[in-house]
Amino acid sequence: MLIPNPQSPIPNPPIPNPQSLIKATLSLADSTLILGQRNGEWCAHGPILEQDIAITNITLDLIGQARNFYQYAATLINQSENKNETEDSLAYLRTEREFKNHLICELPNGDWAQTILRQFFFSSFQLMVFEQLEKGVDEQLAAIATKSIKEINYHIKWSSEWVIRLGDGTAESHNRMNNAIDALWNYTGEFFIPADYEMIDVASLKVNWLEKIKTVFEEATLSVPENTFMQTGGKNGIHTEHLGYILAEMQSLQRTYPGAEW
Amino acid sequence: MNTAIKKYYYGDIPDGAADNNSEKKSSTAESTWPLWEVFIRSKQGLDHKHAGSLHAADAEMAIQNARDVYTRRQEGISLWVVESKYIHASNPDDAEMFYEPASDKVYRHPTFYDLPDELKHM
Repeated sequence: MLIPNPQSPIPNPPIPNPQSLIKATLSLADSTLILGQRNGEWCAHGPILEQDIAITNITLDLIGQARNFYQYAATLINQSENKNETEDSLAYLRTEREFKNHLICELPNGDWAQTILRQFFFSSFQLMVFEQLEKGVDEQLAAIATKSIKEINYHIKWSSEWVIRLGDGTAESHNRMNNAIDALWNYTGEFFIPADYEMIDVASLKVNWLEKIKTVFEEATLSVPENTFMQTGGKNGIHTEHLGYILAEMQSLQRTYPGAEW
Repeated sequence: MNTAIKKYYYGDIPDGAADNNSEKKSSTAESTWPLWEVFIRSKQGLDHKHAGSLHAADAEMAIQNARDVYTRRQEGISLWVVESKYIHASNPDDAEMFYEPASDKVYRHPTFYDLPDELKHM
């Protein structure tokens, strides 16, 4: 006997609320743009020519990802609010409180150890987020994620090898890695605290992220701090004092000469 | 930070100069990163061609540096690196006896054949 077809036994995946989707897309865009802008400060100041090019290549990857997210966010905003936003207006004409990047992205570069450690923390997290987006309900975010994952895999390889090289290097480089961990660790907790617009369950990524960090740290003879206070706020627009300076520099041209092109 | 990089060229790398992994690891390690030669295969079926040189602390880093410095514009699909100290060069003083005797031996060139059009990269 045929089993009667039950009324769709598997519920459709939840369609995200348009406002949440816009905010989540902007948050993804802002983190990659601000970290790209920070890393870009190394251009012509890298410790050696080859690594100068390496960090600026990563910067260009991040800014490329940011552009994809901003273009999509602009499309979504224009559809739902009848505005005329563009990738440029979103990057150059929003204020500090409207930026939703992780705090760790806006921190000053510090020395090379701090720069490569931040890249390792961020890229390792980013990969896990993008793997979720790839499986998610939003096709455009999934497509951007698929394209970006190849880049991120290289960023992780490059930065994790630097962590090992410096951590397990000389007394000086080991010391600098420890200083970098002290400077950055308090900003890693924010990765896993969900904002109200979150598209994926970021809290669930913490175990795997920590596992990845510990594996590399072990090889680098470094240790993960325990039970530390964690800073938060960036994803809701509450930033450190550093973001204002970045935006002032990054946005000055568009604000002085609105609509300037080159 | 002013860091001078001593750059050596082929044939003039003194013994021990490029051999920095062994004893002196403590001081300014980046000033003694060895030089590597980079070879790129631009596509399947072609051979690796010399692209240039760069500095790196080890082979892994040399491959990554080569990727970042020499393949940014889709120049290649495969990379080789070799430490420059392992390249031995012919001596310019030998040029006369090495190369000039070939100049009047036209019969060694395969120019007396007609190659089919389909044959590329000859």
